[in-house]
Amino acid sequence: MSAVADRGARTDVAPRTDGRRSGGRADKVVGGASQAVLVVWTVLVLAPLLWTLMSSFKTTQEIFASPFALPSSLHVENYVNAWTLAGIGRYFLNSVLVVAGALALTMLLGSMSAYVLARFAFPGRGAVRTLVVAGLTFPVFLAVVPLFFILQQASLLNTLPGLVLAYTAYAYPFTVFFLLSFFEDLPGEVAEAASIDGASEWRTFFQVMLPMARPGMAAVAILNFVGLWNQFLLPVVLNSDQENYVLTQGMASFASQAGYSVDFGALFAGAVTTIVPVLVVYLVFQRRLQGSVAQGSVK
Amino acid sequence: MVVFLGLPFAFYVVMVLYPFTQATYYSLTAWTGFSAEQPFVGLGNYARLAGDARFLTALGNSLTLLVVVPALVMVASFALACLLTFGGSTAGSVKGLRGTAFYRVVSFFPYVVPAIVIGIIWAQVYDPSGGLLNGVLTGVGLDRFTDFPWLGDVDTAMAATIAVIVWAFVGFYMVLFVASIQGIDPELFEAARLDGAGRVRSALSIALPGIAGSVRTAYVYMGILALDAFVYLQALNPNGGPDSSTLVVTQQIFSTAFSQGQFGLACAMGVVLAVVTLLFVGAVFGVARLLGVRGGARA
Repeated sequence: MSAVADRGARTDVAPRTDGRRSGGRADKVVGGASQAVLVVWTVLVLAPLLWTLMSSFKTTQEIFASPFALPSSLHVENYVNAWTLAGIGRYFLNSVLVVAGALALTMLLGSMSAYVLARFAFPGRGAVRTLVVAGLTFPVFLAVVPLFFILQQASLLNTLPGLVLAYTAYAYPFTVFFLLSFFEDLPGEVAEAASIDGASEWRTFFQVMLPMARPGMAAVAILNFVGLWNQFLLPVVLNSDQENYVLTQGMASFASQAGYSVDFGALFAGAVTTIVPVLVVYLVFQRRLQGSVAQGSVK
Repeated sequence: MVVFLGLPFAFYVVMVLYPFTQATYYSLTAWTGFSAEQPFVGLGNYARLAGDARFLTALGNSLTLLVVVPALVMVASFALACLLTFGGSTAGSVKGLRGTAFYRVVSFFPYVVPAIVIGIIWAQVYDPSGGLLNGVLTGVGLDRFTDFPWLGDVDTAMAATIAVIVWAFVGFYMVLFVASIQGIDPELFEAARLDGAGRVRSALSIALPGIAGSVRTAYVYMGILALDAFVYLQALNPNGGPDSSTLVVTQQIFSTAFSQGQFGLACAMGVVLAVVTLLFVGAVFGVARLLGVRGGARA
């Protein structure tokens, strides 16, 4: 598994061997054009993000005076305004709570289910697997209306615990699906040895199997973190109490208000605040995340 | 085993699978959500949708996204992935262009930015007066774009929307395809080069067939996403855009259910969306089979 991840860090398809030198003039032209395409692409990716960062330090007047001009001074108050006046601070905290809870619960439930589905034969196993995959294909939009009323009946509508449960349920099929292959690849002898030594099912799972599946768990956890942090539809439908807004919701409502109260500097600051945590997680785990994407595709 | 799989799966059934079936039943009723009775109307909701001009417009726009977005994302990300893996100088061994590690990290950035924030940022980029895009265009002398409303003009609103979604996903699939191409035996590329194949020929005859399974899966994911697209449209044009030119089915479901309280009708729209999704997935797998794509590659 880690071999695949390591491969993800390498980009050449073949080892570098000093071969013949061809590469005439036409080859250089093509190479230059290719490089140019990639540079243009990089500019297209980075320009809106860097522009957002720059604008987050400008006043609204400066933003409208010229989209390119550097801020006259660093208007850090935009961040303060976004954090306090627009309530981004509160939404940030809500997001952290909901995502942390949902991530822990998803990983626990998902890994237990994947473990059983991967390693034990029982009647109906194929059906359960099919139903898990079905949950990946159907549009969530079909389910949100009844889900709204299910949570309402359980008195969980507009509460953070209700949101944690909904996030968990909708991240569950992906998590199980992704972890299945990891548990299938683990050597069976170790689990057998553990149970012969008298370990209970619980101990076998938590102390023997789970640690062995760690690379897979890490990859799924990172992908889930990004997905849950960015979740928008579920909170918008199931969590309409402004006190409980998560960050994505808060940003959406801030953006729709900004059209009237026009504090665009703070809007950009709020956008930067939303992006930075995920970007940091990504840059720290960048190798592993790209490796896990690779893994999913190669498997 | 009951605890490991039984409980999580039961939870998943209640929160995900049961709502799907419930929504299908509600689609046959004129339920408003707030009254206890759910008057059964058979296929009445579907008949209404067939004559509902606004819904048909939304459906048409969603189908446009379904056709255009995955195709653009696949072509662009495959082309970039080829440049990064074997687009380099033809001198020596087969290799990608310089700086590939940098390009891969940067290209992945949009994937970790929450979709709602992507929408908010691009709404500002497209802003007629203070936006980055018109700033650049007028800056290079194209004065007719002064104050041009990209999202407010019938001719450009949809294209501008598509550009945002494509921007958000090209990098992610590029990284995925890079990993898949690296899974192909490098000797195939070397052999093709010795036989005189250029880069384009290598891309079409070796790389594309080699990663066809990944492309198929990616196409399905991207199609499902294009049919949703809710979060992007909510940020760019929450009311459906000029002349409803960017109104999509998911927005229509949302407003029908949660603004107008016509839950039965909204569920019928959801079922239509689910049917379109399944037809699309079936079509992609059917075409892939006709083309002889094999292998269980998955994203």
